[in-house]
Amino acid sequence: MSLLDVKDLRVEFSTPEGSVTAVNDLTFSLEAGQTLGIVGESGSGKSQTAFALMGLLAKNGIISGEALFNGQQVLNLPEQQLNAIRAEKISMIFQDPMTSLNPYMKVGEQLKEVLRLHKGMSNREAHVEAVRMLDAVKMPEAEKRMAMYPHEFSGGMRQRVMIAMALLCKPQLLIADEPTTALDVTVQAQIMTLLNELKSEFNTAIIMITHDLGVVAGICDKVLVMYAGRTMEYGSAKDVFYRPSHPYTEGLLKAIPRLDTEGEILPTIPGNPPNLLKLPQGCPFQERCHRVSDHCRQHTPELSTFGDQRQRACHDNFHLSGGQ
Amino acid sequence: MSDKALLLDVVDLKVYFKIKNNKGLPWAPAATLKAVDGVSLKLYQGETLGVVGESGCGKSTFARAVIGLVPAEAGKVVWLGQDLTKLPHKELREKRKEIQMIFQDPLASLNPRMTVGDIIAEPLQTFYPKLSKAEVKQQVKEMMTKVGLLPNVINRYPHEFSGGQCQRIGIARALILKPKMIICDEPVSALDVSIQAQVVNLLKELQAEMGLSLIFIAHDLSVVKHISDRVLVMYLGNAVELGTSKALFDKPTHPYTKALMSAVPIPDPDLERNKTIDLLEGDLPSPISPPSGCVFRTRCPIATEQCAQLKPQLEGTSDHSVSCIHTAV
Amino acid sequence: MLDNKQNSEALSEFADKLEIEGRSLWQDARMRFMRNRAAMVSLGILVFITLLVAFGSHLSEFAFDDTDWGAMHHAPSIESGHYFGTDSLGRDMFVRTLLGGQISLLVGVMGAFVAVLIGTLYGATSGFLGGTVDRVMMRLLEILYGIPFMFFVILLVTFFGRNIFLVFVAIGAVSWLDMARIVRGQTLSLKNKEFIEAAEVCGVSKWKIITRHIVPNVLGIVAVYATLLVPQMILTESFLSFLGLGVQEPMTSWGALLQDGSQTMEIAIWQLLYPAAFMVVTLFSFNYVGDGLRDALDPKDR
Repeated sequence: MSLLDVKDLRVEFSTPEGSVTAVNDLTFSLEAGQTLGIVGESGSGKSQTAFALMGLLAKNGIISGEALFNGQQVLNLPEQQLNAIRAEKISMIFQDPMTSLNPYMKVGEQLKEVLRLHKGMSNREAHVEAVRMLDAVKMPEAEKRMAMYPHEFSGGMRQRVMIAMALLCKPQLLIADEPTTALDVTVQAQIMTLLNELKSEFNTAIIMITHDLGVVAGICDKVLVMYAGRTMEYGSAKDVFYRPSHPYTEGLLKAIPRLDTEGEILPTIPGNPPNLLKLPQGCPFQERCHRVSDHCRQHTPELSTFGDQRQRACHDNFHLSGGQ
Repeated sequence: MSDKALLLDVVDLKVYFKIKNNKGLPWAPAATLKAVDGVSLKLYQGETLGVVGESGCGKSTFARAVIGLVPAEAGKVVWLGQDLTKLPHKELREKRKEIQMIFQDPLASLNPRMTVGDIIAEPLQTFYPKLSKAEVKQQVKEMMTKVGLLPNVINRYPHEFSGGQCQRIGIARALILKPKMIICDEPVSALDVSIQAQVVNLLKELQAEMGLSLIFIAHDLSVVKHISDRVLVMYLGNAVELGTSKALFDKPTHPYTKALMSAVPIPDPDLERNKTIDLLEGDLPSPISPPSGCVFRTRCPIATEQCAQLKPQLEGTSDHSVSCIHTAV
Repeated sequence: MLDNKQNSEALSEFADKLEIEGRSLWQDARMRFMRNRAAMVSLGILVFITLLVAFGSHLSEFAFDDTDWGAMHHAPSIESGHYFGTDSLGRDMFVRTLLGGQISLLVGVMGAFVAVLIGTLYGATSGFLGGTVDRVMMRLLEILYGIPFMFFVILLVTFFGRNIFLVFVAIGAVSWLDMARIVRGQTLSLKNKEFIEAAEVCGVSKWKIITRHIVPNVLGIVAVYATLLVPQMILTESFLSFLGLGVQEPMTSWGALLQDGSQTMEIAIWQLLYPAAFMVVTLFSFNYVGDGLRDALDPKDR
């Protein structure tokens, strides 16, 4: 049994303009200690996937499908059970740490509160444990920082506090929603190095949600590429990066300017991000795809399994042999 | 490079902000934030100069000081032989025909209550109020076609467009006066990867077609490398390294440039996992009280006591210069 | 290049024929407002009351200052033609209530309009120019705030006599202060938006930036505040009239009618009831419309 088994996850929002399917029949699984990268651009539904798993969807969102965490369904749970799971088994870090830290409370107090509530620790025990955790996330002068308020920290340090808070209860799964997007590259490098170390130290499984393929390359074992709420491609990081099997993945990889290569004109993916309210019939990517055929305009490609546990949703047969 | 015409010559530009100290008495002296502390550079016709650095390095302030959106404390911004910092407001406004700007947030840089056509036409109507409506519309539509927008969306509003399209609108607005130079303030950092490449390519095409000079500000080194002829690296309001794109990226010399480059993630699992990153220690110092001497010394792996005494200046050839007393090109 | 131009000409010719009309934020807001049932009903009631107040007096054979000597303190009845009864001087309450409504609504709407006009421009100018200008303008505002409202009104009345025009002046002079503060706050946050910088880079003059870029973007909140200001104005006017500082007999307003009605409450409750009902319904409706507008203009805030 996997740590997390998501099957046919579907998230719909009812809006005045009509119903929007943000996540469309998403299926994936995650083993303990593994890192899965969910990659996609804005509107791909990657963040909504995370919110659905954490029970944090907006009120007009409707979830269906199955997400088994250690065999237990976590979707649509009542608030109380959800809280227990959220803090102790699954935790989450966000793009903007300021939104999840209370600006009027000392950082130390916030950390200790988590431990007191969920682990039933005394104040003294909680203090020791909180300092230990701040040390673990390489926070300099941890003891002194306990008495500081969130606004006194830099962006990178705040994200460290968030990670420390997320790891306090030793969760089995950490969902990181664009954890480094708001940070500078040098700080991003610090945080990614830290996450890589913590991952092996705590054996935490991580779902890394990001638009940055470079970040994915650095930490993820498996990659799931989303577009317009659907899985386009799913497989091991090496397969996806070296032998992309979907035109979208291929286009994304080529469109990134890289430091280690030269090139005059960047290959682009034409067109604009999908409008979820007006998705075309057939494959959602058809309007931007250079391999599009009439078949794609009629039929939505099903997710098919091939090779070494890889999946793709494309009618075109290119790269199916797995060579580049 | 030097055989081309010199457009812009920035000499020792300084931009300071007064920061009110809320804890003190109302008449207590305000602290000074040195956003840009003595940056010099030259820009030639048809060239792209990339400016990179992390948040708080003063790159955006530098750009705004060049175009006159924030006042310079000291130094000169010489545009075609005329010092812009000394120009009266009216004449400075006239220069906006020649210098334009593209902004970071595509949607926020467009007035939500105006139609696309009105937004693009605004500079035209400001400088050429005598143009007839039909002429303005004609020019706006031509420009829209040029930046890859369908002219029939002229009556739509910004919120009906995606980020990439909004950035195209911003580009059209900047180009409609046929400027000589455009300052691009992080024009692609708010865009999706697939759209980024479109906008970068568009800028390159337009530059070649119209002979534009660009100052391209970004925190993303790889984008800068891709588009720039020369690159300036900034740290805490100071220029730390300046060179041709090739020289600088092939042989980064300043310890900060090195750290910055090694931190950029590479979308390749094998390369990314096996590379060594020069991690920087600690946080960016406060620009209100920057370190004495070299501003980078507090996080520099090769700093010595000397670095606290001497403030290094950019030194080297016209192709590559670096501001560090321990390294030289 | 030439090819490109021909292309673009052909394209734009084609496009001229089918320009897509955009949907502005105002249109979006209108759609959201129309979906709000409470606000739409309130708006309907307001329109009805306005029409009734404006033209309803033709339905009655009496004039507002005619005394019906045969029917003083006459209870409401259809046969006599005094639908709402008469007051202690035998004047028809129906006509007087409508007349009072005219004055009250006029004071409310005009007061709000004056407040919006002065307040918006003052606030936008102060916020946009900033620095010393802002400080001076804000201090001035604080001084005006410091003048006690009632004292100001009594002063006006003693010097210039009681006059409906003075009520306008008094209310308008005070109520734009809040407006100016609100608009200034909004302007301060707008000022740092990139599209303002963009306008500056495009060479747009300061005055044009205020009128073209800032004012349209604060109009949303101004509209909301204005609809909530109208009932406040009506209340203030009523309060003044209740104290006898407002309109002069034989003219009247809802406030004055309430004052009269309260005197004869025990013997002729209708003299209080009808104007009170009108006023309460109007105030309610204005508040609902204001709430509806706020929700429609700022959908994220719901």
